[in-house]
Amino acid sequence: MTTHEEKMRTARFKVDDKPHIVVDAGICKDCAVRACVYVCPANLFVPLDDGGILFNYEQCFECGTCYIACNQEGAIQWSYPTGGFGVTYRES
Amino acid sequence: MMTSNATQDTEHFDVIVIGAGPAGNAAALITARAGLKVLLLERGEYPGAKNVSGGVFYGSRILHELIPNWWEQAPVERYICRRDIALMSATTAVSLDFRSTATGYADPPYNGFSVLRPKFDRWFAAQAEASGAFLLNSCVVDDVLRENGRVVGVKVRRELGEVRGNVVIACDGSNSFMAKKAGLQREFDGHEIALGVKEVLGLDEHLIRERFQLSGNEGMAFEYLGAITENVHGGGFLYTNRDSLSVGVIGQISSLVEHKKRPYELLEQFKAHPAVAPLVRGATLREYSAHTIPEMGWHMRPKLYADGMLVAGDAAAFCFNSGLYLEGMNYAMQSGLAAGETAIEACRQGDFSKGTLSRYEHYLKQRHVSEDFQRFRFAPPFVNGERLQNLYPDFVAHAAENLFRVDGNRKQKILPLAMKSVRRFRIRPHHLLRDFYHAARAYLW
Ligand SMILES: Cc1cc2nc3c(=O)[nH]c(=O)nc-3n(C[C@H](O)[C@H](O)[C@H](O)COP(=O)(O)OP(=O)(O)OC[C@H]3O[C@@H](n4cnc5c(N)ncnc54)[C@H](O)[C@@H]3O)c2cc1C
Ligand code: SF4
Ligand code: SF4
Repeated sequence: MTTHEEKMRTARFKVDDKPHIVVDAGICKDCAVRACVYVCPANLFVPLDDGGILFNYEQCFECGTCYIACNQEGAIQWSYPTGGFGVTYRES
Repeated sequence: MMTSNATQDTEHFDVIVIGAGPAGNAAALITARAGLKVLLLERGEYPGAKNVSGGVFYGSRILHELIPNWWEQAPVERYICRRDIALMSATTAVSLDFRSTATGYADPPYNGFSVLRPKFDRWFAAQAEASGAFLLNSCVVDDVLRENGRVVGVKVRRELGEVRGNVVIACDGSNSFMAKKAGLQREFDGHEIALGVKEVLGLDEHLIRERFQLSGNEGMAFEYLGAITENVHGGGFLYTNRDSLSVGVIGQISSLVEHKKRPYELLEQFKAHPAVAPLVRGATLREYSAHTIPEMGWHMRPKLYADGMLVAGDAAAFCFNSGLYLEGMNYAMQSGLAAGETAIEACRQGDFSKGTLSRYEHYLKQRHVSEDFQRFRFAPPFVNGERLQNLYPDFVAHAAENLFRVDGNRKQKILPLAMKSVRRFRIRPHHLLRDFYHAARAYLW
């Protein structure tokens, strides 16, 4: 058994200053599905008490799952981090 | 090394390949060998840095044709001569175990190898470089460059700006923004894409041999269907590497959402299943990773060419997922080679129009890429069906439990036992018939 935190510690992330994914909290407030919360393999979407979503791009795997799963037009602006930044795998 | 000015002002490439995965590396290698001026662009710090695969490279002999005895120099893990496909319920697994030393399985050129992509892709890209391709790492391509409706190069982020070339080959993987930007591909639906989460677990080499009954460098591949993903459409895998295991779960995105399942929790459940737990016991986590997989093959392929551009590999949905097989690396390579052959011919003719590049279809057919996908086009929707994903594995596991249970009660013959299970699982005869037809159409003829 490994916890999610233990898993996340194994990949290397070189964090770009500029976020490559921007989530529009305003749109998320009206979202009932919250697909991103379940599907993100890095668990980067956290639902807030006020109905919003907290998102942190720093430990992102750049897999694209969130924007495919999100059903609200315009909620997620998605691109790749600048070359050389972001996740780096050594084993997978 | 190129300077940015040189690139912008004077450098013009015959071929620009986006992405140094198996598709891009193959395309770069073959075009560079033909003497063309080739640029290979990769957004990772090195080729493979961003890449995840379950890890069995089947049909690996295509590489043998390019680089004879490649496995002697490449970072391969084990050759796969044992396979096991298991149908699971929460408590039980029923499996088909295949093991062979027939020609080509346990001797050169082998049927398949387990590989770790950050190592393998890096090696493969170095072969393309050795053939004369320019590899530029840490470089994101943001768009294709268009003039008069034709693709004439790419836009890369930061200092380089624009790079021009006669043929752009998009090998940028399952989320191919390039195919979309060029207007060749549409947005995907959550039922067409699966998410794979994976762990590489370190385990002593001797222990691997003992535990999986392997000698020397033999390796094995397990695939699992059924309860491990609960109601989520997908499956699990476990592959042996030299001194580690690749263990992962694949789940269709729409069904992860529908059932509100977190992929990494499914992975933990999978590792705890009674059929899997003893195999991963004592292994230590080395790396966790995630990546998407285009699952619908033929149904989601893009337009494969435009004026000045070709699409190959996962970007063209050439990833074969049909329950019995999950093969993407070999098709990525084959389609990369086919795209390369097309580019070579176009350069020879000095014509990069859609008409000339349509030769791609011919080369894809010659390499059995489009043929395989067309022939098995009914398989992905079939294996992703509700009953095949959840009901039948559970049913088979339950029926086997009854068959093997010896509890002092009188023994029953197989048919009444099976009928009991059919009733319990409320399997409808007309569903069975229909599924049998779909299975036959998907696999038999
Ligand atoms: C969990 C999982 C298990 C799998 N199991 C198997 C298996 O056992 N066997 C098998 O054969 N296949 C398997 N596959 C499928 C296989 O991994 C893919 O089909 C294969 O990697 C596709 O190769 P590709 O070259 O087309 O794309 P990729 O390998 O994805 O390569 C794309 C490359 O392009 C780069 N790139 C992307 N966008 C840009 C950009 N804008 N600018 C610059 N560079 C860019 C990426 O960094 C990457 O290096 C699996 C996939 C997953 C996710
Ligand atoms: S990102 Fe999309 S799925 Fe997630 S909460 Fe916002 S709108 Fe909903
Ligand atoms: S791209 Fe993948 S890892 Fe990154 S936030 Fe989206 S779902 Fe999570």
